[in-house]
Amino acid sequence: MSETTLQAAAPTRFDTAPTARRKRRLSPARIGVYAFLFSAALYFLLPLYVMIITSFKSMDEIRSGNVFTLPLFATTAPWQDAWHKVSGGFWNSVAITVPSTIVPILLGAINGYALSFWKPRGANLLFGILLAGAFIPIQVMIYPLVWMMARAGVFGSLPAIVLVHVIFGMPIMTLLFRNYYASVPHELFQAARIDGGGFWRIFLQVMLPMSLPIIVVAAIMQVTGVWNDYILGLVFAGRDNAPMTVQLNNVINTTTGTRLYNVNMAATILTAAVPLAIYFISGRWFVRGIAAGAVKG
Amino acid sequence: MSNVHLRKLCITRGSNQIIRDLDLQVEPGEFLVLLGPSGCGKSTLLHSIAGLIDLADGAIEIGGRDMSYADPSERGIGMVFQSYALYPTMTVEKNMSFGLRISGAPKAEIQRRVRRAAEMLQLESLLDRKPAQLSGGQRQRVAIGRALVREAGVYLFDEPLSNLDAKLRAELRRELKLLHAALGSTMIYVTHDQAEAMTLATRIVVMQGGRIQQIGTPAEVYERPANRFVAGFLGSPSMNFVEGQLDAGRRLTAGVLSLDLPPDCAAPPGAVTLAVRPEDIHLHDDGPLQTTVTLVEPMGNHQVVWLDCGGHNLSAIVHDARILAPGQAVRFAIDAARISLFDQDGSRL
Amino acid sequence: MLAFRTNKLTPHIALLPMALTVLVAYIGAALWTFKTSFTASRTFASDNFIGVAQYVRLFDNERWLLSLHNLAVYGVCFIIACMVLGFLLAAFIDQNVTGEGFLRTVFLYPYAMSFIATGLVWQWMLAPGAGIEGAVRSLDFTSFSFDWIIDQELVIYTIVIAAVWQASGLVMAMMLAGLRGVDPEIYKAARLDGIPTWRVYLQIVLPMIGPTVATVFLLLCTAVVKLFDAVVAMTGGGPGTASEVPAKFIMDHLFLRSNIGLASAGAVTLLVPVLALLAPYAYARSRRQRA
Repeated sequence: MSETTLQAAAPTRFDTAPTARRKRRLSPARIGVYAFLFSAALYFLLPLYVMIITSFKSMDEIRSGNVFTLPLFATTAPWQDAWHKVSGGFWNSVAITVPSTIVPILLGAINGYALSFWKPRGANLLFGILLAGAFIPIQVMIYPLVWMMARAGVFGSLPAIVLVHVIFGMPIMTLLFRNYYASVPHELFQAARIDGGGFWRIFLQVMLPMSLPIIVVAAIMQVTGVWNDYILGLVFAGRDNAPMTVQLNNVINTTTGTRLYNVNMAATILTAAVPLAIYFISGRWFVRGIAAGAVKG
Repeated sequence: MSNVHLRKLCITRGSNQIIRDLDLQVEPGEFLVLLGPSGCGKSTLLHSIAGLIDLADGAIEIGGRDMSYADPSERGIGMVFQSYALYPTMTVEKNMSFGLRISGAPKAEIQRRVRRAAEMLQLESLLDRKPAQLSGGQRQRVAIGRALVREAGVYLFDEPLSNLDAKLRAELRRELKLLHAALGSTMIYVTHDQAEAMTLATRIVVMQGGRIQQIGTPAEVYERPANRFVAGFLGSPSMNFVEGQLDAGRRLTAGVLSLDLPPDCAAPPGAVTLAVRPEDIHLHDDGPLQTTVTLVEPMGNHQVVWLDCGGHNLSAIVHDARILAPGQAVRFAIDAARISLFDQDGSRL
Repeated sequence: MLAFRTNKLTPHIALLPMALTVLVAYIGAALWTFKTSFTASRTFASDNFIGVAQYVRLFDNERWLLSLHNLAVYGVCFIIACMVLGFLLAAFIDQNVTGEGFLRTVFLYPYAMSFIATGLVWQWMLAPGAGIEGAVRSLDFTSFSFDWIIDQELVIYTIVIAAVWQASGLVMAMMLAGLRGVDPEIYKAARLDGIPTWRVYLQIVLPMIGPTVATVFLLLCTAVVKLFDAVVAMTGGGPGTASEVPAKFIMDHLFLRSNIGLASAGAVTLLVPVLALLAPYAYARSRRQRA
C-alpha cells in the first residue's frame, strides 16, 4: 500500500461546505417531527379523556368544575344509570350484528371466488355497478326499500334490518374477497380442477379454508360497520329492534329537562365499547382491512 | 478521482456488530470489487462509505478529507442502487438533473453534465422518456447517468446488475468495464457474483462475516487464495478439497491420491487440506492416478467431468470433445505447481 | 360429500344474490327514486307526473339551499383538513419514530367509533359554558368565547372539527399503506442527491402515491355527501336549521314531512356530483389497468 494519498481535486459543489462534525442524534427537524406528533396525539386523545372522566363524576362536580379536571369523588352511579337506559339497544345490536356479519361474509366470499376464478359473462359489469353503488348516498335507495319491505310485511323486523345490512355490505365484502383471491396463484385453482373439483367443492374445500386472514379482516370491518351504523337502524329496525346507536341518540338528544352529562358520556362509552375493544385488540388486522379494501379499490 | 481510506471501521445494527475493525485503502482510479455471499457485510460497508449508515467507530476518508460524519451528498460520491431507484414520475433528463437543480447549479453547467453523461451511456434519444417506458438495461444506464452527472471522485455500485437477465448482465458488464477505462474514476462495486468480480475488478476484496478474507488482484485471489473460504468461493465449478497428510519428504497422501510437491513448497508436515481447481486436473492416459467417471456435464466449449476417486468427489474440466461415459475408468494427473494447501484452521500454507 | 355437479350455469347461480342485489336494490331503487322525483308524490308514491316541478320547488326551498351551502363549506374544509393532516401524520410516522405502533393506534381509534358517539362527545366538549369554553374561562381567561356550536354562521365548522377528528386517522392509515409501497432506495438516492426530506416527500413521493391519494380523495368526497349521523348527534341540524345538510333534508322530507317527491328530487340532485366524480375515476383506473 502506498503511503502517500493522492490529493484529489474536491468535487465541485454549488452550495455548502462538507460537515466534519459528528452528527447530532436529535436534529431540530427530528424534534419538530416529535412535537407535531405529540400535539396531534393530544387532539386525538382529548375527547377520550373527557368522555371517561365525565362519566365518573357526579352532576354537582360537573356543574362546579371544568370539563378537563379529574373527578374528585369518582362514582359509578352514572354507569349503572346509563346501562339501564341502553342495555336494550345493546342486545338488539348483538342480535343484528351477528347475522349481519355472517351472511355478508359468506356471500362476499362466494362472489369474490366466482369473480376471481370463474369469471362468468357479465359478472364483472355487475361487480362494477355494485362497487359504484357503494359510493352512492343511501338516500337514493332507501325509500323504495322501505316500501318493498312494508309490502312484504317484514318492515321493522329483525330479518329486515339484517337484509338491509347484507345489501349495503355486499360491495365492500365482495371487493375484499375478490382482491384476496386475486392474489392466490391461479395455478392452485387449475390444479384443483384437474383433480376433479367443481365449483362448490373447490370453494368449500380449497379456497374457504385458505381464507382465514381475510375472513378475520372482513369480520372486523363488518362488525364495526354494522355496530356503528345509525341510519339503517333508524329506518329499518323498528322500535323493538333499535340498535344501540339509535337508542343512544334518543336517550341523549330527545330527553327534556336537565341533561345528565355524566350518564350521557357513560352511555356513549358503552355504545362505542364493542368496536373500540375490537379495534384495540385487533389493531394490525384493522389496518390491514383498510389497506386491503381501499388501496386496491 | 479520489482515494478512499477506511480506518478501524466498526458498524453495528441494534446489538449486532456487523463490521469490526475493518481497514481498507482504495487507490485512486482503481475498480475495487467487494465480493462475498449474502450477509457478509459488503452492502453495509458500501452504504457506510456513502454515509447512508452511521459508524459506530472508526474513520472514513475520501479524497484526503475526513468524511466520517458528512452527509451523503457532501462526500463527493455518486451511487448506483440495485433497484435503480429512479424517480418514477420524472423524465430521464429530470432524473439525472434533479440533484444538481436542488443544489443550485447554473443551468448551463447542468445541461453540459447531463449531455456528457447521456453521450457516454447512449441515452440521448431517451431523455424525454419516463422510467416506466424504458427497458431494464436502459433504466440501469439512467441510474449510472444520474451518478455520473455528480462528477464525483468515487462511484459506488450496489449490485447493479442482479436485477437483469443473464445476457443483459454480460452486456452491461462489458459496458461498465469500458466506462471505467474511459473515465478512469475510482469505483467501488459490490456483488455476490464471482464471475462479475473477476471480469471487472482491478482488485477484489473477498468478505465473509463482516471481515475481509483477502484483498488482491483477480489473479492473486484466484490462484493463491488466502484461506479455504476464498478458495471455495471463487471459481465455478468450485475448487476440489481433499483432506490428507504431508510427510517430511514433501509427499502428500490423501486417500488413494498421492502427490509429490515441488521443492519450493514451504508447508510443514502434518494434516493438510489439498485444494485443486478442476482445470488443474488433467485427464490423460499417462496420468499417474486412477479414477472412475460418475457424471459428465457438457457445457458447449468444455466438459465438466465428475470423478469418484476412492470416495472423494472431484470435478475436472476437459477442453476437447472426447467421449467419456459414467463408469468409465480414466487416468489423470494433478498439476502440483498450481495446488493450494490449507491447514486445519483453513489458512494458507 | 357434495354431489353438486358443476355445469356451465353453477357460477351464474352462485352469483344470483349479487345480481338480484344489484338489479333490484341498487339499480331498481335508484330508478324508482329517479322516477318519483318527477311526480307529485307526498306521503305515498303517486303516478302523477309533473315534470321538473319538484326540482324547481327544491331550489326555491331555503332550507335546501342552506344545506347545499353548508355541505360545500363543510366539504372543502373537511377534505383539505383530512388530507393535509392525514398525509402529515403518515409522513411523520414514516420517519422511523419510536412508538410508531402506539401513535398509529391513537390516531386511528376515532374511526372505530360511530358517528353518533363522536357527535355526542364533541357536542359535550364544545358546549358553551360547560365544555372547552368553560374550562378556558376557569383559567382566568374570562372573556374567552368558543360558542360556535350555537352560532348560526360557525356551527358548520364545529362539525368539521368533529369529522376531521374521526376521519384523519383513516386517511393516515391509507397514506401510510401507500408510503410503504415506495421503494426505500428512492430515499437513499435522494439523500445522495442532497435533496432535503420535505422536498423528497412533496416532489417525489407524493406523485408516486398518486393512485392512493386519488382513492382517498374519492372516499372522502363520498363521505362528505353522506354526512348525516354527525349532524343529528351534534346539533340536530340546529341552531334552527343552521347546520342542515342535504342528507338530513332528504330524510326529514321522506319520513317526517311526508314529501317523497321533493325528497326524491333532492336525492337525485345529491347523486349527480357523486356520479360526476366516479366516472372519471373509473375511467382513469380502467385505462391504467389496460396499460
